[in-house]
Amino acid sequence: MEQIEFSYPEAKRLIARRAHVGVVGSGDMEVLLEPNSEKGARVFITTSVNGFRNTWKAIFDRFFSKFDGAVRIHINDAGATPGSVLLRLEQAVEVIEQ
Amino acid sequence: MNTPVLAPIFVNRKSFIELDARARAQSLFDEGTWKELVGPFDRIESPWLAQQGIAPQFDDGCVVIKGKIGGSRAVAIAFEGAFQGGSVGEVSGAKMTCALDLATKDSKAGKSTAAILLLETGGVRLQEANLGLAAVAEIISSALALRQHAPVITIVAGTVGCFGGMSLVAGVSSYTIMTREARLGLNGPEVIEQESGIDEFDSSDRALIWAIHGGEQRVGMGLADSLVEDDADKITAAVRGCISKGIPEKHRTEQVALYRARIAALDTSRQIAPPALRQEWGSLKGGVR
Repeated sequence: MEQIEFSYPEAKRLIARRAHVGVVGSGDMEVLLEPNSEKGARVFITTSVNGFRNTWKAIFDRFFSKFDGAVRIHINDAGATPGSVLLRLEQAVEVIEQ
Repeated sequence: MNTPVLAPIFVNRKSFIELDARARAQSLFDEGTWKELVGPFDRIESPWLAQQGIAPQFDDGCVVIKGKIGGSRAVAIAFEGAFQGGSVGEVSGAKMTCALDLATKDSKAGKSTAAILLLETGGVRLQEANLGLAAVAEIISSALALRQHAPVITIVAGTVGCFGGMSLVAGVSSYTIMTREARLGLNGPEVIEQESGIDEFDSSDRALIWAIHGGEQRVGMGLADSLVEDDADKITAAVRGCISKGIPEKHRTEQVALYRARIAALDTSRQIAPPALRQEWGSLKGGVR
C-alpha cells in the first residue's frame, strides 16, 4: 500500500458542494471531493498498488489542467486504471457542479 | 406503417442487483424522508486494513440510512459486496450493532423502528479475525433484542449472497427476502469443497450451487420468506409488506423442536435431491409463515 499527496495551488475557484462516488472494489476506487478551507487544491491517495506515483501525477496534472476548483480530494484505490480514475473524477465533478 | 417496438420487460425494470449498497438502501425509502448516518464524509475507516497493505473504504463498506418506508420509521443497514466481499470488520460491525440498538431504543420508547439488513457478505473479514467474530455475536444479540419490538427484515438480493456468520443474522431475522439470483448458506460452496472434497460439493457446478443455496430453494424450503424478482420497486413493495405484517407470531429460530424433528426425519443413507427436500419441507405446516 502506498500513500501519495499532491498540491495544486493554482486551483482557486471556490467550491460549495461535496461529492462521494465509487467503491473500493477490484479495479475500481472511491473518491471524496470536498471544498478546501485553504487556498488551492490538495490530493490524498491511498492505493493498494505500489509504484505508480508518476502515473497518478500525470492523471492529476491532466485533471487540474481543466478543473480549477479549490478542493480536497481523498482517494481509496484498489487498482483502478488511469481511464477509470479520470472517469471517477469526472463523475465527482458532475455531482458538485450539477 | 408503425411497428410497435416490443422491449422485453427486463429492459425497463429497475434492477436492484445492479445498484451499489448505498443506492439499494436509498431506493427503499419514501422520497425525501431519509438521511445517511456515519457516512463516507465522516471517514470512519477500518484501522486494520492499512496495516496489512489493503486500501480501506471511507464507510468501511457499511451504509446506514434512517428514514420512512411506507410512512413507517425504519433504518436500513447495507453491506457493500464489492468492497472486501462485503465482509464484517470492527467498524462495519459496530455500525450495524449501533444502528440496531438505536432502533431498539426508539421502538421501546414507542417509536417502532424496523430494521432492514441488506446482506451481500461472505461473513467475517478475515483480516480482522476475532474482532469480526465478536461483531457477528454483537449483531445477532442486537437483532434478537430488536425483533421483540419491531421487525428485522433481511434482503439477500445477490450476487455475492449471504454466507458465514452473517447467514446466522439472516437466520434470526423476522423475515428474509431473496431473489432467484441470491444465495444463502452457512458455508459457501468453496469452503465445503475445500473441507470435504469435490465428491461432497463441486464448487464449479453452478446449477448445483443454486439448487442448494439459491433463493428459489431457500424460499421453497421455508428458510426464507419471499422470492422477489430483481426489481427495486418489487423489493420495496416486499419490504413494505413485511413492515405492515409486523412482528411474526413465532420466529423461525424459536421453532427448535420443529426443525430438530425435520432434520431427524431425513434419510441420510441416500443422496437427498434439492427438489425433493423442497417439496417435503415446503409442504409441512408450521415452518412457513
